[in-house]
Amino acid sequence: MKTEELVDLLATGAEPVSRDTAARRFTLALLVAALGALLLMQWKFGLRPDLASVAYTGLFLAKIALPTCIAIGALIATTRLSRPGAKIGRAQLLVGMPIALVWLAGAIFVCMAEPQDRPLLLFGMSWRTCPFNILMLSIPGFIAVFVAVKSLAPTNLRLAGASAGLLSSSIATIAYCLHCPEMSPAFWSIWYVLGMVLVAALGAALGPKLLRW
Amino acid sequence: MYNAETSLKASFRSGLEGNASEYRNFLADLTRHLRGYLRKRLPHMQDDVEDLIQEILLAVHNARHTYRPDEPLTAWIHAIARYKLTDYFRTRARKDALTDSIDDQDDIFASTDDEPADARRDIGKLLASLPAKQKMSILHVKLEGRSVAETAHLTGLSEASVKVSVHRGLKALAALVRGTA
Repeated sequence: MKTEELVDLLATGAEPVSRDTAARRFTLALLVAALGALLLMQWKFGLRPDLASVAYTGLFLAKIALPTCIAIGALIATTRLSRPGAKIGRAQLLVGMPIALVWLAGAIFVCMAEPQDRPLLLFGMSWRTCPFNILMLSIPGFIAVFVAVKSLAPTNLRLAGASAGLLSSSIATIAYCLHCPEMSPAFWSIWYVLGMVLVAALGAALGPKLLRW
Repeated sequence: MYNAETSLKASFRSGLEGNASEYRNFLADLTRHLRGYLRKRLPHMQDDVEDLIQEILLAVHNARHTYRPDEPLTAWIHAIARYKLTDYFRTRARKDALTDSIDDQDDIFASTDDEPADARRDIGKLLASLPAKQKMSILHVKLEGRSVAETAHLTGLSEASVKVSVHRGLKALAALVRGTA
């Protein structure tokens, strides 16, 4: 087929293009990510028994705020990276700031604690499983966000994959907060962040393969 | 003076609204720009130029729902072309043929070329290997210029299904193009 014929083929019967495709795809992906993570969390781990009494404490809200801010930053970054030539821009700050803050808070808590209490603040009771639990809760969202990104037109596949992975893992972490009893910022600053970064790294590794178009 | 951004943008945007003849003008203009750019860019790979043009045209078409009216169209096209070029060289392990980077935003739109060469890969043949539903929908709507309603009547598919088949078929076609040297 000659190039002119291809031009004719593409132009013939060209339908109007809807403007909100990306918004619809991402809304669906977010719903799957959130519902999937919540259901998996409830099925595998269950809500923490004291959720009702801690839910409105400042510490618990701070705990939820960490993955929530990262999720908002990752969502902005992922939607931008799904379009040709778009830059991440300030979304990096929304991801970087909460991590910097939780590291700072974690360091302050550890410094102020008695030396014998420090291991508990850092490792809690569940450091061995925490990152992998987040990884597991990320699975539905990881698939859904990758499908959404692939339906658009990412041109930096590694970065788009990392961002998509971070989006799914930060949403999974919000769900995991409803189960996880750890209340030390130092714990979150290591093991929550590690869980989220793990999935982002997986996304960066798989991006070039799965997102190619 | 000819301004690629404003002139291409006008025809592309009416194309997005469903104006097929303006969209054809856009694709034809883009073809001339790409040909001029790639011929200069890849002096030792003239045989690949027409294949690459077709691959980029298909990519621009399949990605057109990701364009936002508030951003420069030339930058958006350039990002797609750069992505497709990089992909082209990577899959063919001939990255070394591209000696310098392709970052200059205005390059593509600096010159044009009207003389097509023959493409080595035949998109027509690839089209024939698509699943029947997609192939028939593209054949009727895109090659013979029938309306979606007529095509639905002829094929027994619903109108929605015809539209989806055309859309998926062109995506599948791009995937086939990507996989063949």
